[in-house]
Amino acid sequence: MSENQSVRKWSRIFVASSIWVPIIAIILGLICGAIVMWIGGFNAWDAYSALFKKVFGSKYDIGETIRTITPLLFTGLSVGFAFRAGLFNIGADGQFIMGMTGATILGIKIDFLPWILHAPIAVLGGMIVGGLWGALAGYLKSSRGVNEVISCIMLNWIALYLSNYLIRTLVLKQGSQRSEEIQSSASMSIDWLSKAMDNARMDWGIVFGLICTSLFYIILWRTKQGYELRAVGFNPEAARFSGINVSKNMLKSMMISGMIAGLGGVFEVLGVFHYQVISAASSGYGFDGIAVALLGGNHPVGILLSSILFGVLTYGSAGMNFTAGVPTEIVRIVIGCVIFFVASQGLIQMLYKPFTARRDAKRKEAA
Amino acid sequence: MDWLNDIANLTNSTFVFTTALIFGAMGGLFSERSGVFNIGLEGMMTGGAFGAAIGAYYAEQSGLTSSAPWLGILAGIACSVVFALLLAYTTVTLKANQAIVGVVINILAVAVTLYLVKVIFNGAGDTDTLNNVLDKWAIPVLSDIPFFGKALFNTYPTTYMAYLLVPISAYVLYKTPFGLRLRSVGEHPGAADTVGINVIKYRYIGVILSGVLAGIGGATITLTTTANFSHTTVSGQGFIALAAMIFGRWNPWGVLGATFFFGMAQALRNFVKLYDWSKDIPMEFLYMLPYVLTLLVLAGAVGKGVKGPAAAGEAYDPSKR
Amino acid sequence: MGQAVPVVELKGITKRFPGIVANDGISLQLRKGEIHALLGENGAGKSTLMSILFGLYQPDEGEIHINGAKETIDGPGKAIKLGIGMVHQHFKLVQNFTVAENIVLGIEPRRGMSINYRKANDRVRELSEQYGLKVDPTVQVQEITVGMQQRVEILKTLYRGAEILIFDEPTAVLTVQEIQELMQILRNLAAEGKSIILITHKLKEIMEVSDRVTVIRRGKVIDTLVTAETNESELAEKMVGRRVSFELEQERCEPGEVLVKINNLTVHGSDKSKNILEDITFNIRAGEIYGLAGVDGNGQRELVEAITGIRQIHAGGVTLGNVDLTQAGVRERMVAGIAQIPEDRQKHGLVLDFKVSENMVLTTYKDSRFGKNGFLNEKEIERHAAKLTSEFDVRSAGIHVSMRSLSGGNQQKAIIARELTRDPQLLIAVQPTRGLDIGAIQFVHERLMQAKNEGKAILLISYELDELYKMSDRIAVINEGRIMGELERDEVDDEKLGLMMAGNILGSKDGGAA
Repeated sequence: MSENQSVRKWSRIFVASSIWVPIIAIILGLICGAIVMWIGGFNAWDAYSALFKKVFGSKYDIGETIRTITPLLFTGLSVGFAFRAGLFNIGADGQFIMGMTGATILGIKIDFLPWILHAPIAVLGGMIVGGLWGALAGYLKSSRGVNEVISCIMLNWIALYLSNYLIRTLVLKQGSQRSEEIQSSASMSIDWLSKAMDNARMDWGIVFGLICTSLFYIILWRTKQGYELRAVGFNPEAARFSGINVSKNMLKSMMISGMIAGLGGVFEVLGVFHYQVISAASSGYGFDGIAVALLGGNHPVGILLSSILFGVLTYGSAGMNFTAGVPTEIVRIVIGCVIFFVASQGLIQMLYKPFTARRDAKRKEAA
Repeated sequence: MDWLNDIANLTNSTFVFTTALIFGAMGGLFSERSGVFNIGLEGMMTGGAFGAAIGAYYAEQSGLTSSAPWLGILAGIACSVVFALLLAYTTVTLKANQAIVGVVINILAVAVTLYLVKVIFNGAGDTDTLNNVLDKWAIPVLSDIPFFGKALFNTYPTTYMAYLLVPISAYVLYKTPFGLRLRSVGEHPGAADTVGINVIKYRYIGVILSGVLAGIGGATITLTTTANFSHTTVSGQGFIALAAMIFGRWNPWGVLGATFFFGMAQALRNFVKLYDWSKDIPMEFLYMLPYVLTLLVLAGAVGKGVKGPAAAGEAYDPSKR
Repeated sequence: MGQAVPVVELKGITKRFPGIVANDGISLQLRKGEIHALLGENGAGKSTLMSILFGLYQPDEGEIHINGAKETIDGPGKAIKLGIGMVHQHFKLVQNFTVAENIVLGIEPRRGMSINYRKANDRVRELSEQYGLKVDPTVQVQEITVGMQQRVEILKTLYRGAEILIFDEPTAVLTVQEIQELMQILRNLAAEGKSIILITHKLKEIMEVSDRVTVIRRGKVIDTLVTAETNESELAEKMVGRRVSFELEQERCEPGEVLVKINNLTVHGSDKSKNILEDITFNIRAGEIYGLAGVDGNGQRELVEAITGIRQIHAGGVTLGNVDLTQAGVRERMVAGIAQIPEDRQKHGLVLDFKVSENMVLTTYKDSRFGKNGFLNEKEIERHAAKLTSEFDVRSAGIHVSMRSLSGGNQQKAIIARELTRDPQLLIAVQPTRGLDIGAIQFVHERLMQAKNEGKAILLISYELDELYKMSDRIAVINEGRIMGELERDEVDDEKLGLMMAGNILGSKDGGAA
């Protein structure tokens, strides 16, 4: 019973939220950030204005902001998609890394194909690896009953070390802690656009991100497959009684979720950096994705908007650091606070309850 | 007898690594036994490690020496408990989703501690190195026993505390009224509530205990291993502790076994670095080990599949009792 | 006795929930040593009232007096202190604790800092002997029977020194003998001077065991009567508010050919030692309502799951018409013509967070009329939902609101509309009227009868014998996963059914009356 109930709660908490919750959460998050800056002896107003100046300062900055938004959009969609099917994909981080690794290896090792073939193969390859990593958690959940939150945490770390191992043994650039450069035939950068944006790193990622955003909507609300996924997300028992294969749908949703996160990793390598580093800790994009999905109410448009917000904050934090001397961590604090307020809606509802008390009253059921 | 000496050293160093894990995992245990999922363990340990570094630093600045690390531990507990209170208030009182708040705590803990480090140390990414950290205590007589003396009885006081924590936790959980009530709240809050046990109170206690223990765990890393605090100090130990708690099947003795095993994996990777042939070993697999094993246990591939406390993960809503 | 101060006196208790007044100025007196029944339909407000007395809810208005003193009961802890104990309908037992641990939880006997387990076990044994409630204090609760778990619940209250015991629908989960045992236990407790409130909607039990009975309807006290001076039909009338006719006005068509065959159906349990369903054989004819009686938890749920394909069948088979469906999946069987009205409509029958329209195609969304090439045809779905809701009088604020916002009766109507419109050959209805008010019950019964008369085979599973008598053409009894026998409509009586429900195989008659 506990399992079902918690699953049902996953989808309900996040879906049925008023439009005010995210807005108030953002405002409160920014206020918390200001307080923390004030404690640290910084001028919050200067810092925030430095942030926005940084983001909209030049063509280069706008381009780089878009680049920052892209992975957040992917992981946000990834987490949101799984939420819709009743699963908490805390493992977008690992799927992102696996997507990167797949794309890196394919991008380096294949050296005989033209761009028209090589690039799609590297993109699809990375996406599939990410998808399989997600499907692994889905399999453990549907066939073995392992709570996906726990398995995803474990899989994140396994992905990190596995990826390091693969990069180190297969495609290491001698004498460094990173891979070689990918072949130019696998690049997903858009060079002419980069030139137009003063050499900001522009790539096809954002285009694919927007395609995924629309597919997110179409699949979930316009197809029978999406109907099944949402039914499983809201009430797996009723879905089972209606002849829907719950295990298969859980697996599918985790695989699709992993594919979206994997794509995020793919473009990070093929579009932006062109190599992958061996690192001791993960990028954290997967966890940011949770923030993006939550704030966006698991709706594609909401996710797009919140990924823009978090992208702006993240990229702009460098400006805060440079101009106002505020450590860049402040942005992580703001992001953390925002999800915190979204998650503890009770707190926010206390703030605006007096205005909506009557509306809420109707919804409760009598015992 | 060289190899025997090596093994004694390895065991000794295993227990040093195990110390933080035991505190962390036991922290997770008390929280989950009371019915609150604690993914924020990593964040709480980060808070503990940070608090210890700052507390001990200021104690040193004000002229204290041998008591500085102990004040550091207290400061570590205090920092960690702040996060525990956050978890308790949001999940128990406001009924927020426990997994999400745990993630938030992990994000916030790293961000807030690093921010403060940069503010306090003028932009540096780590705290100044401490002069006074914990020293190893050799227990008279016992430490003279060949092999065992070196392996077990010549180590940090916090490690001895960790040894003691296991039987104490087992006793508290399984033999005392407090333990029975705490477990009942995690298994069936409705049953506890209807016999007059205050579910909210016990969950707060469970989570705060979790914060205290995780804080000590984090503090021991600073005070025995790194001697300062940076973003790499805790780096995943909280998650290994979480894994150990599951691998140990939510039972103190099981946790001891699991933490020892995972601690050894950590000790080994430092240990084998001393040897030439270590270059050929893919160290990444050693790093992965705790996580892979935990997954296998959960999937029922190793032994029987396990389930945690029945009501862990759900907020208790008295109107639905 | 009239002079004595009542042990419990409720004065003008009112409790409002958003949108409903659950208790409306209820007053009630419980005398020492009496068994006082609280009678009412589902949702009349009995449980709410008792939850207030036990401190689970706070009343909005009114006073509670215990032994003459006014008290504020702000939680179960306070209620226990005042000597009030409650045996909940859904037991509040920690499954992996021992019997003794469950009983002493909260007031554990101590030795130093530890729990004194020996003393706990001894005390439980003592109590269990004193009141004739046999339990073994050292076994885990998950290993004992439901009847025994109830005894543990009773012992929990006695251990806390309860003088006032509230029993909330205590017989719902018990076998016939266990019910008899419980009745005896209640009498013993009353004889020992305990005062008992018995919440129930079963008239027979009230007549058998209670001293007085208070009838509640729609949150109001209708009357308090001395049991010996009343009778079942008077009570029923007061409970429902009008003369109750137990008869349907519809005609009853004669059943036709055999349509559904269940042959030697066997399902293993999770531990291999015992089968949940053992060699079940029966058949249902077209236009027949086949009633299945039995105490809750004797394999009914598993039987339904095996027939609908949710649970794996280990031996035997299911045949519909001439099609063997034993190996078919849930969806295949649905397409072949099996429909069900699940016992737990909110958990199994509906997706409460889906819109009404989405719920109306939950079992048919794959049909090509609702969309081709994997896409959904929203317009058609909405047209379909609008048609069904108007035909079956499902009342809601439109087909775009969430199913959650509908009342229980309308949710049930929605399921019936959806399943009957699919035109199934076999309809399985499990407790189709559970928790509904009389009007909705009548609606459900009429629709089932209509479906029967249209020639569908109907398997009706119910724990209410009256419902089975009213509806069924034949009635079989299931006990511990086996069919004890079946009877034709005109040979049924309480005694025969009671014996079978208690596990006695029907003597002469055998299955397969086709």
